[in-house]
Amino acid sequence: MQTLKKSADALEKLMRMIFTVCGFIAVAFVLLITVFLIVSGTPAIGEIGITDFLFGTEWASTAKEPLYGILPFILTSVYGTFGAILIGVPLGILCAVFLTKIAGKKLSAFVSGAVNLMSGIPSVVYGLVGMIVIVPAVREVFGLPDGANLLSAILVLAVMILPSVISVSETAIRAVPKEYEEASLALGATKTETIFKVILPAAKSGILASAVLGIGRAIGEAMAVMMVAGNVANMPGIFKSVRFLTTAVTSEMSYSSGLQRQALFSVALVLFVFIMVINLILNLVVKREKK
Amino acid sequence: MDETISKSRKIKGAVLKGLIWAAAGIICLIMFCIIALILTRGLSHISVELLTSKPSMLNGTVGILPNILNTLYIILMTLIVVLPIGVGAAVYLNEYAKNKKAVRIIELATETLAGIPSIIYGLVGMLVFVQFCSLGTSLLAGALTLVIMTLPTIIRTTQESLKTVPDSYREGSHALGAGKWHMIRTVVLPSAVDGIITGCILSVGRIVGESAALLFTAGMANEILGFFEAVEPGKAGSTLTVSLYMYAKERGDFDTAFAIAAILLILTLIINLSAKLVAKKLGKRN
Repeated sequence: MQTLKKSADALEKLMRMIFTVCGFIAVAFVLLITVFLIVSGTPAIGEIGITDFLFGTEWASTAKEPLYGILPFILTSVYGTFGAILIGVPLGILCAVFLTKIAGKKLSAFVSGAVNLMSGIPSVVYGLVGMIVIVPAVREVFGLPDGANLLSAILVLAVMILPSVISVSETAIRAVPKEYEEASLALGATKTETIFKVILPAAKSGILASAVLGIGRAIGEAMAVMMVAGNVANMPGIFKSVRFLTTAVTSEMSYSSGLQRQALFSVALVLFVFIMVINLILNLVVKREKK
Repeated sequence: MDETISKSRKIKGAVLKGLIWAAAGIICLIMFCIIALILTRGLSHISVELLTSKPSMLNGTVGILPNILNTLYIILMTLIVVLPIGVGAAVYLNEYAKNKKAVRIIELATETLAGIPSIIYGLVGMLVFVQFCSLGTSLLAGALTLVIMTLPTIIRTTQESLKTVPDSYREGSHALGAGKWHMIRTVVLPSAVDGIITGCILSVGRIVGESAALLFTAGMANEILGFFEAVEPGKAGSTLTVSLYMYAKERGDFDTAFAIAAILLILTLIINLSAKLVAKKLGKRN
C-alpha cells in the first residue's frame, strides 16, 4: 500500500510538471521568435546604418552598389493599411450595426454566415480574385498601363479585414446594456439616432479595438498583396506598383544571399516591431474596456 | 406622434439607415461575386485526372494529388504535435496554475502569438526549423511552424470548454479519493472534448488556408509522397494554397489556380459548417 501511494505521488508530480511545461511553451515560443528575429535582424542594420536603412528612399539590393533603404516599404505598408482601414472599418461597423440592430434573426444569421465564410477563405484565394477582377478593373477605370498598384492592394485588404472588424464590433455592440437603448427611445430619439448617438458611443472602445485588429491584419498580410500590388520597390503612390514590408521579405527571400538576405531579416524585424506596437495598443484598448 | 419629428431629422435618419443597408448589401454582394466567380471558373476545371495525378513536364499535364496529400500530411503532423501541448497548456491554466502572474504571462504570450502575421512565422520557421535544426525545407519544418501558429487556438478553445466543466464534478471526483491527474483524465478532459474538437476544426481551417508560413518552410515540390516518407527531414512539398500561388503568380495557369480555389472554398465551407455543428451540440448540452 505504501509503495502504491508513493508511485501515485510520483505520477502526480510528473503530470503536474508536464502540464506546467506545456503551459509555459507559449511563452517560450514568443521568446524564441523575438530572439531569432533580433539576432538575425540586427547585423544588417548595423552594417547599413540605422538611418540609411530606415529612412533611405531607395532599395536596390541587386545593384552593383546595392542600396538598402526601406522607407518605401514602411510608407507603403502605412499608406496601404490606412487606406484599407478607411474603407473597411466604416463598412464593417455599419454591417455590425445591421447584424445587431436592423436585420431580423434569419437575415442576420444569413449575413453572419457569409461573413464567417469570408473569414475562412485563404488569402491566396483573395489574391487570385484580386488578380483577375480588381487589377484589370483598376486598369480600365483609371486608364493605366498596369492595374497592379497600391489602390488594388488597398481594395483587396479592405475586403480581407472586414470579417475581423465586423465580428469584434458586433460583440462590442451586443455588450451595450439594453437599458441605454430603451432610455434613449423613451426620451423620444428615433431608432437611427439611438444607434448613432447612444449605442455606438457606448461601444466605442470595442469598435476601436476592431479597427486596431484590422490594422494588424492589413499590415501583416503577405500573399494576397504579393499578387496584386505589382511588387516594385517604388515610393508609394496610389497608382504606382509598390512593395509592402511583408512582400519585400517574400519576394526576394528565395534567391537572396549575404547582406541582402540579412537586410530582409531586418525588414522582418521592423515589421515585427510594428506588430508588437499594434498588439500593445490593442491590449491597452481591451483592458480599458474591461474596466 | 410622427409629426413631432422634424423633416431634417427624418431625412438624416433615412440616409443613415440607407447607409447601414447599403453596407450590408455591399458585403453580401462582394461575397456572392467571389463565390460565384470561383465556382464558375473553378468547378469546370476540376477533373479526375487533376485530382489523381502529379504535374508532368513530359506530358504537359497538371495534377494536384501531391498538393492534396501534402495538405493532409501537414494537418496530421501539426495536430499530432500541437494537440497534447495545447490541451496540456489549457489544463495547466485552468486546473493547476495558482499564481495569477504566471497565468497572466501565459495568456499574454498566447495573445501575442495570435497576433503575429504568418509571414513572420514563415521566416522564423525557416531560421529555426529549416536552418538551425537542419530539417531542411520540408513538410516537417512546415508542420512545426504551424504548431506555433495554431497553439493559441487550441489553448483558447480547450480552456473555454474546461471552464464550463462544473466544479462539482471535480469535487465529487476528489471526494471519491481520486488524485488530481486521475480526476483530470477521467472527469475533466472527457467533459471538455467538444471544445478540443472545435479547436481542431478551427486549426484545420487555419492550416488549410495558410500559405505565407509554408512558402519558405515546406517548400514548393510537387512529388507524391507516402506519409512515412513525408515525415522525414528534407522532404519538401507544397500544399494546396502554396500551389495555387505558384500556378497563378509564377506560371499564369489560372484554370488550375481557380480549380484549386474552388476546392479550397468547398473545404472552407465544410470546415465552417462542422465548427457550427459542434458549437450547436455544445450549446445544447450546457
